Amino acid sequence: MRPTFHDWRRAQFALAAVLMITQINNALAHGFAGERFFPATILTDDPFVADEMSLPEVSLNPPGPDGSQQTDILIDLSKRITPDTDFTISNEWRRLRAPGVPSVGGLGPLQTGAQYQLFVNGPHQALGLLGLNVTWGHTGRATVGAPDFTTLSPTFDFGKGFGDIPRSLTFLRPFAITGNLGFDFPTQATTTGVPNPNNFNYGFAFEYSFPYIQCCVKDIGLRPPFSQLIPLVEVAFTTPISRASANQTTGTIQPGIIWAGPYFQIGAEAIIPANRLTGHGYGGVVQLHFYLDDIFPRSIGRPISEWW
Amino acid sequence: MCRIISALFAGVLVIGAAPSLEAHAFLDHASPAVGSSVTAPPPLVTLWFTQDLEPAFSSVTVTSEAGQRVDLGNARILPGSPAEMQIGLKPLPPGTYLVSWHVVSVDTHPTEGTFTFEVGSG
Repeated sequence: MRPTFHDWRRAQFALAAVLMITQINNALAHGFAGERFFPATILTDDPFVADEMSLPEVSLNPPGPDGSQQTDILIDLSKRITPDTDFTISNEWRRLRAPGVPSVGGLGPLQTGAQYQLFVNGPHQALGLLGLNVTWGHTGRATVGAPDFTTLSPTFDFGKGFGDIPRSLTFLRPFAITGNLGFDFPTQATTTGVPNPNNFNYGFAFEYSFPYIQCCVKDIGLRPPFSQLIPLVEVAFTTPISRASANQTTGTIQPGIIWAGPYFQIGAEAIIPANRLTGHGYGGVVQLHFYLDDIFPRSIGRPISEWW
Repeated sequence: MCRIISALFAGVLVIGAAPSLEAHAFLDHASPAVGSSVTAPPPLVTLWFTQDLEPAFSSVTVTSEAGQRVDLGNARILPGSPAEMQIGLKPLPPGTYLVSWHVVSVDTHPTEGTFTFEVGSG
């Protein structure tokens, strides 16, 4: 029996549905765990693989203990290779001003990374990610602090939204926390006699999501752009664990806000030194961050494994 | 530097203004409103999203506190309003009801969410 027009139509519809389902299963990108959207944070690493790009992130850092002050303009790209793996690449242009000497500018070290999405738990709004970041030696200008050695930095990043706590705790449910735990292992113990310590790095972002209030807790009348705001406080610290004297921890505290739109987000944070060893005074950072998977959903915004 | 900043700003404007772009669909608002309390039992739940939806892969259910379905199973995306989804409800006694939605925007991005509303004894 020859196929009829309706048989062909049915077959076409079935094929389209199969193709659609195949794409949907792999289409979940940037920071979703169930109904929770995690924005890309500025100071701490994100606990999810993504197709995203920061272009640019501009930081005016607080003056250091010696009075020097550094300005950074950073570009950062994350690109999924498969739905659960991605690579990252970033670099920054630095300008260093120190009292009594001419300011210097130049590229910082090239940084790359490979990441694996360990788990995504939708009902509990939880994410876990393993990563290995590499800061490459001899890839930046030494006078702005680029090292002459390579550093390996394994990390574990996590995220947890509190939307799964009892619904009676209405205004606690929009809270979320993301965090990083990691180490720095320099491949060279000293540079011109100065030790390069191994470091323990830890950082957290405490977020309060207005989008989550509106979608899933209570419509309190917020409308765009206010319904798209996520106030947050980020903290990050580095503690040397070898080849350094005690009490050498440095870190910053960064309160700020992120506006998350459909295709990009804009974030701004103050930079406050956590102790005198880190610096004094205040700084600030602004970031423009694009969601490539939303801008180019059918081409470069998909994992590379799905390009063919 | 000014030229770079101008180019970036122009890029943002172009991306933000491009009408053909699509993205994840977020719940914009709902009726009954998210977390609201109503006196009269609503005959249906309507959800408005920020992006157009793919009808074949978008759904919504409404359940009672006991976990029983109280919707009519007739979820649909309205013709001419592809970002709006409706589902009819059985007559609701006073109580708290859970709305659960799973949608796929037309560019294949899936999103989901839940919220409650309360029907008073009115």
